[in-house]
Amino acid sequence: MKEILSGNEAIARGAFEAGVKVASAYPGTPSTEILENIATYSSINSSWAPNEKVALEVAIGASFGGARAIACMKHVGVNVAADPLFTLSYTGVGGGLVLIVADDPEMHSSQDEQDSRNYAKFAKIPMLEPADSQECKDFTRLAFELSEKFDTPVMIRSCTRISHGKSIVALAEPVSGLPEPKLVKNPPKLVMLPGNARVRHPLVEQRVIDLSEYGDNWDINRIENRSAELGIICTGVTYQYVREALPEASTLKLGMVYPLPKNMIRMFAASVKKLLVVEELDPFIEEQILAMGIAVTGKEIIPICGELSPGRIIKSFATAGIIPSPPVSSVAEEKLVQRPPNMCPGCPHRGVFYLLNRANAYVTGDIGCYTLGFMPPLNAMDTCVCMGASISTASGIVRALPPEEQRRVVAVIGDSTFLHTGVNSLMEMAYNQAPATVIILDNRITAMTGRQENPASGFTLSGMKAPEVNLPNLCRALGIKHVRVLDPYDLDATKKILAEEMSRPEPSVIITNRPCCLIKDDTRFTKAAILEVERNACTGCKACLRIGCPAIEWQPDQEGTKGKAFIDPLLCTGCTVCQQLCKFTAIRQVR
Amino acid sequence: MIDSITNILLVGVGGQGILLASEILAEAFMIAGFDVKKSEIHGMSQRGGSVVSHVRFGKKVFSPVVPEGEGDILFGFELLETCRYLNLLRSGAKVVANDFRIQPPSVLLGQERYPDNLQGAIASRFPDFQLVDGLKIATELGNPRVANTVLLGAVSKYLQLDDSIWQKALQKMVPAKALEVNLKAFVSGRSL
Repeated sequence: MKEILSGNEAIARGAFEAGVKVASAYPGTPSTEILENIATYSSINSSWAPNEKVALEVAIGASFGGARAIACMKHVGVNVAADPLFTLSYTGVGGGLVLIVADDPEMHSSQDEQDSRNYAKFAKIPMLEPADSQECKDFTRLAFELSEKFDTPVMIRSCTRISHGKSIVALAEPVSGLPEPKLVKNPPKLVMLPGNARVRHPLVEQRVIDLSEYGDNWDINRIENRSAELGIICTGVTYQYVREALPEASTLKLGMVYPLPKNMIRMFAASVKKLLVVEELDPFIEEQILAMGIAVTGKEIIPICGELSPGRIIKSFATAGIIPSPPVSSVAEEKLVQRPPNMCPGCPHRGVFYLLNRANAYVTGDIGCYTLGFMPPLNAMDTCVCMGASISTASGIVRALPPEEQRRVVAVIGDSTFLHTGVNSLMEMAYNQAPATVIILDNRITAMTGRQENPASGFTLSGMKAPEVNLPNLCRALGIKHVRVLDPYDLDATKKILAEEMSRPEPSVIITNRPCCLIKDDTRFTKAAILEVERNACTGCKACLRIGCPAIEWQPDQEGTKGKAFIDPLLCTGCTVCQQLCKFTAIRQVR
Repeated sequence: MIDSITNILLVGVGGQGILLASEILAEAFMIAGFDVKKSEIHGMSQRGGSVVSHVRFGKKVFSPVVPEGEGDILFGFELLETCRYLNLLRSGAKVVANDFRIQPPSVLLGQERYPDNLQGAIASRFPDFQLVDGLKIATELGNPRVANTVLLGAVSKYLQLDDSIWQKALQKMVPAKALEVNLKAFVSGRSL
């Protein structure tokens, strides 16, 4: 049975075939669809966690209980999950435990392009890297066997091109005969007090050596002999690029990128005249081979920033004089009008950012759709660091400022991001009475990654009703005295409350209460009566254009000097924000 | 079986249905017995941004991404985006584009103009260019939402697969209640 699967779908299939019982994740591009697909297998208990640390700890618990368990996240999620990860390396596992991490070279949808392979070396645990969807499935199965065989968590590293690329996969039957989960007491292994941890550490070091030797004879790593002139060590999607760009070169394809199979590398190095490592991002393999005393070329010619591609590899090799230069395209790059992403028509965040801009606020931002508040014409975001940082950076910046500047500081954070790591930040802000204003843009969903449920949305991953976190009460319980809930479509009220809370020399929280207009559920979002521009009343003042709504179009007249606004009836959701900005009552409901 | 690889690019604006069209293509090639890979970017770009999907098929496909300057067929859902990715094509490549414009934010705001005569610019570089009014044909068929399938039909003429294979792929990828109108749309595109 063959199917075309994305890397993420194939990892989910691999988890199913491996007999996984528990899966947990926090959404993050390009990893999100892994758990969404795992959830389609009824044999697996799958759920969203509020953040990646919790997701990994849920998987650790299930593993300690004897079940195979999986946690999935994007690269920056591992930063959040790093605390349990490093100790998990010492405790080892009960049932097999696999952590999937999806890197994002080129930062298609991320704030940095950190290379997760460093985590494997840092935490001293094995990492596998698949090169297509078939390997995504097969390696996921193998990772669970490896985890149990060596009593270690195993990381699988994907990347955007693997996770969101599709290729043909041969499916297999799930494993059977796994031991039933049960409680087994073993405090010396699982209680990481110093006395116990000192016993575990040497075992971790020995495990790295054992795994390296295991890798020497494991067919997940393979030498493909072609021309002896050029030998290239590569992994993951980069292997595919190398095969395409340099079809004659011999390759050592590493399925396990940490620890390295040192003997196999020595053998391969000895079999070729010139040895190179082609790897995306950091010189991770290159530095380890250099440390082995083997001459190898890598980042000297291969770019360290951004994605690789067959074209970039050919160019690098040609520039270094290893292969002849390819013909250069004679067509000059044409400058076309750009098309950046934009908040959707009817997005409840739009009016808030418009007013923040008008209020001359200094906005500490966060990660989500609302990061697009940075874009013109809203231009209403001044910082964005990582999940949850909006509140704590606001809390910090006000301490450095004179009172008249303190008032301008406003943190904006979405509901899901607030629950991810914003709660601790708000606790700090209340505890230390930092006089900044926080806006929780509660749109009832984790929107940016494609509308996933979260602990405040009222539903679980599988669509079951769930208790909703009461955000106003949570803020009050943390010690915030001034908590106000408002309708972000009501510009006058929003403006008034924003001015009041910004001028207050105490911490305060404003919570907006309109749902994301992409939620495909009539009980949560419904379109209102749509709007139109009355041509005769429109003076062409462009006030409505200042919110940057994709449903509003400027239609210039013949000379192109004047014009009128037009509302696309297919895009308008009837949010009325533009209508409130029109001083000439030229925007009205379609009759 | 073709030994060489055929490289197809599908380009347009996030939300236009590019992902589904590329999945139908990939499915058809798999049914026909080819190796096939496809790749695109999700996430941030889907919020009305520029989208490009790569579909490659042949006896054995390595890279999921079409190497620059090796695209054989460009399937454009929107004119400006069609122009944006022409440099990914080899000379003599085929271009099938939807006669459809979506204004980018700076044009909506009146700061820039949507370029004139993009068709001419495309045709002068790629004489093998077909402009299809997908929306008009789909509306005539009674469902404007099948415009993409009309275009897919037009692209299919360059792909030497049997009618039966396309039918199977559509059957698998399109919901049952929309299948009949999609099959009709495909045939009208294929007979253009």
